[in-house]
This record gives sequence, C-alpha cells and structure tokens, in this order.
Amino acid sequence: MTRLEFWQGNIACAEGALAAGCRFFGGYPITPSTEVAEHMARRLPKIGGTFVQMEDELASIASVIGASWTGTRAMTATSGPGFSLMMENIGYAIMTETPCVIVNVQRGGPSTGQPTRASQGDMMQCRFGSHGDSSIIAVSPASVQEMYELTAKAFNLADRYRVPTFVMTDEIIAHMRERIEVPDAVEIMERRQLEKGTLPFAAGADGVPGFPTFGQGHGVHVTGLTHDEQGYPSSTDPGVHDRLVRRLVGKVEEARQEMADYEVTNPDAEVVFISYGSPARPVKQAVRDMDDERVGSLRLRVVWPFPDFALQEFKNARVFLVPELNLGQIAREAARHTAVPVVPVPELGGELHTPARLAGTAEEYL
Amino acid sequence: MPHIYCTGCGNGTVINCTLNAVNQMGWEPENTVFISGIGCSSRAPGYIITDSLHTTHGRAIPFATGVKLCRPDLHVVVFTGDGDLAAIGGNHFIHACRRNIDLTVVCMNNYIYGMTGGQGSPCTPLGAISTTTPYGCDEAPFDLASLAVAAGANYVSRWTSYHVKELTRAVKAGLETPGLSFIEAMVQCPTGYGRRNKLRDARLMVQWMRDHAVLMKKWKEMEAEGRPLPEDKFPVGEFVRRYRPAMGVHEE
Ligand SMILES: Cc1ncc(C[n+]2csc(CCOP(=O)(O)OP(=O)(O)O)c2C)c(N)n1
Ligand code: SF4
Repeated sequence: MTRLEFWQGNIACAEGALAAGCRFFGGYPITPSTEVAEHMARRLPKIGGTFVQMEDELASIASVIGASWTGTRAMTATSGPGFSLMMENIGYAIMTETPCVIVNVQRGGPSTGQPTRASQGDMMQCRFGSHGDSSIIAVSPASVQEMYELTAKAFNLADRYRVPTFVMTDEIIAHMRERIEVPDAVEIMERRQLEKGTLPFAAGADGVPGFPTFGQGHGVHVTGLTHDEQGYPSSTDPGVHDRLVRRLVGKVEEARQEMADYEVTNPDAEVVFISYGSPARPVKQAVRDMDDERVGSLRLRVVWPFPDFALQEFKNARVFLVPELNLGQIAREAARHTAVPVVPVPELGGELHTPARLAGTAEEYL
Repeated sequence: MPHIYCTGCGNGTVINCTLNAVNQMGWEPENTVFISGIGCSSRAPGYIITDSLHTTHGRAIPFATGVKLCRPDLHVVVFTGDGDLAAIGGNHFIHACRRNIDLTVVCMNNYIYGMTGGQGSPCTPLGAISTTTPYGCDEAPFDLASLAVAAGANYVSRWTSYHVKELTRAVKAGLETPGLSFIEAMVQCPTGYGRRNKLRDARLMVQWMRDHAVLMKKWKEMEAEGRPLPEDKFPVGEFVRRYRPAMGVHEE
C-alpha cells in the first residue's frame, strides 16, 4: 500500500529520513535547506527521536557523529556556507568510519552567493572538500519522489559502507511541490555490529569493519588520528597510514558497481546527455521532444562513486553533453573515463536549462 | 604504560582525580564515555578503557551532545584544554553551558598550547612569555570558571593539580550534579609554559599555583570588605552549584 501526498522536496527528504529510521537531527538554519530542520523539529520528538538546533554547522555535524556512535541513525541538512564549515568533521567521520547522512540543498556560491537560487556548485566539494585522500558516497534526487527514496537509501549506504553519505540536492528540487507516493515502509539495511572479541577497526573481506556501538562494553577508542586495527593512534608508521587510507578509499571505490544507480535512455544514441539532480528534468523533456533515437540520456541517481562503466553502455556515442548548474564539475569527471568528447553545458544563476536550449545543443552535434 | 606526556606534566594528576571520582560513583565502564578534542589534555581518553571519542580541535562538546542526547543513560565526561575549550571551541562551550546539557567537562588549564609547542592561549596571563607572545602577552586572559557560571552551567569549580583531594571531590560533585558541570583544573606544563616563565621545574610551578590560589571563602570575604584583589592570585573552590533545568538528564 502507498498513500499519495503533495509534498515539498525538503519535506519529502525529512520524511524519507524518518522512514529509514533516522532518530537524530542536529542542524543550523540556512536557506534553502531550513524546511528539513523545521520538519524534523516537529516530527522527531513525537516518535521518540531527538532534534537539536546547534550553534553552528561545525557543531551540527559533530553532534550527528556523536549520535551515530550510540547506534542511532543521524542526519543534518545544510547549504553552501554551512557545508564548507562542516568539512573538517566530515573528514573525521570518514577517518573514524562513522555512518551519517548530510543533506546539501545546493544554492549559488561562492560565499553567501544566491541563498534562494539553485546550483550544483558543491559536487566537487562533497567529493574532495575535506583534507586528505578519501572517498565518499553521494546521491542526487531529480524529483520529490526521489528526495524521499534516495534520502532513505542514503542511510542504508552510509551504514553498509560506514561512510558519510551526501544527499546532493538543489533549491529547485527542495522547494518544488509534487505528487509523491509514500510507501508503508522502506527497505532498511541494519548496520553490521562488531563481533565480540574482534578488533574494532579490522576489516573483513569487503573492507568494512563491524560497528562497535557505544554502551555495549566494547571499550572502543575512536580517534581521527591514523589508528591501528585496535583503534589506537599510530600516526608515524608509514605502513599503518598507507593501509588505513587505502582501505578507506578502497571500500567505496571497489563497490562502484554494487552501488551504481542510473537510468539509460536510448543506448544506441550518438549524442548522449549525462545528468543528475534538477537538470535531469529538462533533459528528459528534450529527449522526449526530439523523439530521435540518435539522442540518448544517462541519468545518475548515485553520483559518487562515479559509475565510469555506465558511459560504456553507449557504444555509438560520439559526444556526451553534460548540463549542470555549475561550470562543468561532473563533466570533467566524465571526461576522465572516456575517449569520446565530453561537452559541459553550464547554467549559472539559478535558472534551469530549458528543454528547447538542450534540444538545440543536441542538434548541433547530430 | 607508554604515554605522550612530558615528565612533570600535570595532566596525569587530573586524569587520576577524574578516574577516582568516576570510580567513587560506582559507574560501570560500559556505561561511561570519555570524549575529548585535540591537545595534550585531550589525549586522556586514549589511556582509559571505556568507549571514547577523540574528536577534532575544539569540538568535543558538540560530539558529546550528540552522544548524550541519544543515550541519556550513558555518563559522558569531556576532557579538554584551555585552547581547545576557550579558543577554537569557545562558542560550543558557552552554548553547552546555556543548554545546561548533562555533561561533566574537565578542562586542564595550563595557560598555554602544549601540544603545538607553547603558543599563547586565551588563558595565558598578561605579561607571560609564549612562542607567539615573545614580548609578553598583552591580551587579558579568560576566567573560564566565571564564564561558565555566566553562561548557565549548573556546577562550576576550580582547583589546581596541587589540590588533589579537593579536585577529586569537585569532579565527583560535578558528576553528581545534573546539567553541565565545569571543573577547571589548573595544571603545570613545564615544557610549554614553565620553561619560558621562570618555572622550569614542575615542582616550582605546582608551588606557584599553591601560593597563588586563594580559597573561595577568603576571596569572597575580601570582595565583600572591598579589599583589593591581588592581581596575580586566583580563587579556587566552588563557584556555583544550582539546579536549573538541564538537558539530557537520565530519568531513573
Ligand atoms: C583546526 C585545528 N587547528 C589547529 C590545530 C593544531 N592544534 C593541535 S593541539 C592545539 C592546541 C592545544 O592547546 P590546548 O587545548 O590548550 O591543549 P594542551 O595541549 O595545552 O593540553 C592546536 C592549536 C588542530 N589540530 N586543528
Ligand atoms: S607539553 Fe605541557 S601539557 Fe603537553 S605533555 Fe608536555 S608538559 Fe604536558
């Protein structure tokens, strides 16, 4: 059974999190993400969860990480400036393998930029913003329905791989209202617990150690310093650091196939759009309007780790066009994985590409 | 036990006093969590066998807030340094006091940044020499205990590493008091502070703290009588114990 609702994207995001079992939200208001926090403030106390408005974004993500160590599914939501402030503690979550979900409702930047206008300018920051080598997971919804589904999925990915997972959405999706089918329940993958008697940071074959939840007698020491498999600092031995960082990166990178989530239209196409988030909507319309099998589309629901192999699905591709609300962040990533020319189609300022403009661009290459 | 502390460092004393107080409470190790930021003082949880989070510089309290709000039944103790707490973490500190969240915060105040090699901190006394105040510190120091009182903490006290019994009792009182408890423990750092300020020997620094600490009762009398408060002396003892509404308190 499902029920129909007419929701704003930010509300769907909060509801998706709650359905996935999120019971802690620590946040700080910032446009255009604030409705997520406000909805959590209304809903969490009624279902035995905790909402706390922290003093800033550094504290918000810190509280989320602390909450996660008690075994609680925890989330925060922010936008550009707040996202920048979170970076150090996001690195801490990566290093300590703390599952958590960070929603970034992207707005125009740099700096305070355009608080009420959409952007996809933080795609690279989410991937590389924190210092050191690392890898993260990011999903990108293209509808209110997907705000619900992909936020719920983000919790599963975060728990499965013990990696901070980002919902990289934008002002358009966050503030639009759409009809959404809300299911009775969503799939929940439990965090695998540490077996008694095993080392807390010793990974199994898949590179992901079991989770030593606080308060269960594990006596685990968690540190952002380079640590050995027992969890204790060992920050000068090159071997320990090398093994740890390679594992942290590898557990995500090697699961690219497993995590991949994308949609292919017209695999025989010669001109192929690559899109994610709100620009996927005009792309869909343009492909439909053109009604030409030589024009196709690849839409990413999971953006990081980037599904490089998905480009190979288009054997006849002569060009990849990448409409983004930035100057070509994912276009550059796509170009790393193919010999076929990749052309960015940027749109800045908060407006979405029109289907007509995209069709016109595709025409140029036919 | 191998540890990173220098010979003569006061941090060990504070860890001992804190663990002693925790033991007196009869808390089980599996229900007690230690959380810290970054600095010499913040290495304390690494030497204690319980669940612990050694977090980022200045942010221990918000991490602890997340733990405590999700598991009010866990006892949460935060170890921090004067730089960690009052400089980079100053905003978190005052807001935790305002929220009056049920944590016990133990600050090892050595007037200096120990771990990074003796730079000035917000608690470096006027005129004191550090590697970033080579001509003498010209900024007034924070009075951490008074700050905590003003910001709303339920329990606040200050002692030094000379006052081992009093310090232990204070931590215990902090553990017992619901809401935010702040215990400021003045400690000697012969390496970062003493060496540059004619207190090279740890013993000299402890003696200096003993001689400059004035018991709270006497301090208040002097205040009441309008007598001038000596500039280089500081009050020790209980600053406040009250029962304002608190967050994250476990209900039995
Ligand atoms: C964001 C950030 N800035 C700076 C540092 C470097 N750092 C490490 S410890 C420290 C100061 C510690 O001083 P204090 O908190 O007084 O602790 P102590 O070592 O004296 O016990 C600094 C500045 C850091 N780790 N992180
Ligand atoms: S530098 Fe100072 S605070 Fe750090 S261990 Fe040495 S004596 Fe202790």
